[in-house]
Amino acid sequence: MTDTAQAPGAAGLPRDVTETRTATKKRFRPNGSAVVMVLYLLFLLVPIYWLLNMSLKTNTEILNSFTLWPRNLTLDNYRTILTDPAWYMGYVNSLIYVVMNTVISLSVALPAAYAFSRYSFMGDKHLFFWLLTNRMAPPAVFALPFFQLYSSVGLFDTHIAVALAHCLFNVPLAVWILEGFMRGVPKEIDETAYIDGYSFPKFFVKIFIPLIASGIGVAAFFCFMFSWVELLLSRTLTTVDAKPISAIMTRTQGASGIDWGVLAAAGVLTIVPGALVIYFVRNYIAKGFALGRV
Amino acid sequence: MDKTVNQKAWFLVLPVLVLVAFSAVIPLMTVVNYSVQDTFGNNQFFWAGLEWFSEMLESQRMWDALWRQLTFSAIILAIEVPLGIFVALNMPKKGFWASVCLVLMSLPLLIPWNVVGTIWQIFGRVDIGLLGYTLSKLGISYNYTQDIFAAWVTVIVMDVWHWTSLVALLAYAGLQSIPDAYYQAAKIDQASRWKVFRYIELPKMTGVLMIAILLRFMDSFMIYTEPFVVTGGGPGNATTFLSIDLVKMALGQFDLGPAAAFSLMYFLVILLISWVFYTVMTNLDKRDATS
Repeated sequence: MTDTAQAPGAAGLPRDVTETRTATKKRFRPNGSAVVMVLYLLFLLVPIYWLLNMSLKTNTEILNSFTLWPRNLTLDNYRTILTDPAWYMGYVNSLIYVVMNTVISLSVALPAAYAFSRYSFMGDKHLFFWLLTNRMAPPAVFALPFFQLYSSVGLFDTHIAVALAHCLFNVPLAVWILEGFMRGVPKEIDETAYIDGYSFPKFFVKIFIPLIASGIGVAAFFCFMFSWVELLLSRTLTTVDAKPISAIMTRTQGASGIDWGVLAAAGVLTIVPGALVIYFVRNYIAKGFALGRV
Repeated sequence: MDKTVNQKAWFLVLPVLVLVAFSAVIPLMTVVNYSVQDTFGNNQFFWAGLEWFSEMLESQRMWDALWRQLTFSAIILAIEVPLGIFVALNMPKKGFWASVCLVLMSLPLLIPWNVVGTIWQIFGRVDIGLLGYTLSKLGISYNYTQDIFAAWVTVIVMDVWHWTSLVALLAYAGLQSIPDAYYQAAKIDQASRWKVFRYIELPKMTGVLMIAILLRFMDSFMIYTEPFVVTGGGPGNATTFLSIDLVKMALGQFDLGPAAAFSLMYFLVILLISWVFYTVMTNLDKRDATS
């Protein structure tokens, strides 16, 4: 283990200090309190548990009795969603535009991120900054112009319209994240490949992309996520054919009031895609949110 | 890393440029266009100059929304940043439990924003929600649809719930990058826990904390979905933040001119903060390159 190498002057230390170091390395770091973490995690999980709890109850139980866990466990709410096209098409629509958006964002961002990480060219810094401002742009500012733009070119209420609209913040996000990963790849690799006679496209696909595969994964995950969680633009740009699940959820109020059980079940189902991959990206969450800069 | 000067790199950036121009520049130009014109319907537009801008600057409604927005952002930053640092300091440093904490803490970050709203809408209801039910059983009057204070508390607690983990995860990443030797030295000097935090951990975290603060400020500054789902901007206008107000004006009332002027001023603020963010980021990159 090279990281147990002695600090300068460590040889002259009192005996007990050096001993602790060899015994366990992490004892130098102040240990956190498990109580704090348990409390914090409880704070995070209880509202989610409550949603899950609601989704497994019947509406009679929700409205007439207050129970901490479902007494009559039922999957009817999920069955309603998975059999009614008005509900499940929402998931399909969301998935379609989210996947489209992720593919578009990544395919344009990859070469651009490479250019930003390897070359300096006229206006590169301004361009990079301008991309950032688009990541930061409030969707509320763009809602109305998007509505008019996509109506006038006849793309209103299509999946591609939402996918393109989400490029507003996802393309800059992907460029920044990928650039963050690419700067970690030594430039010598590129130069060696060129000397070995690789053309740029061949080098890029055969050598470079495998090298930053994890970066691409993280960028894809974040494009997927940010497109999946967005409501305002997707709701503004769709009415029927491409209506996403999030918009359907905000309009559940029927004549007989809100169907809480079904609403909760729909909510639980939207958490599933994130929860499925969360384990694989756990070490990159901070990096992704900080635009590849941690 | 020193970069080669190569103007041909523009070709690699071109797709991004075209796409973002289509999805950002054209719409933004539409906004500029509306902000200086007036219409009486039938697609007839008249030059209005800076009239809308001066009208918006005098509009009490916009200043109220801005004031609410700033208050909201200030409160959530004041809670989330210290809490996030505190949580990060208490996280397990490695091993199985570190992974468990990372996964569970990331969970709220990945929940669709309207579902975050739904979760708290259900959770806070007096009749069916755990929080609302418990509070009312304790004799505290709590109703986020009627009471302004309760609405604010709900929206703030919801944001703390949603985003504190982000601050914590960033701070945690900063903490993990501190070499062991620093702690070793502190131990030898018998530094107190506070001094370790003040002179070792905090300085090493400043970079990531700046990112965290700016990200949280930006995102809270354009918050829309969560309060929209929970309170709908109410009671009255009590939780109508800038984005909610803007959408009401633009898509609800179709007041194109004022909404466009409003949008542009909103965007200018964002531009300013983005610039600060960019400066921080590039300074961080430089520091990484030299260290």
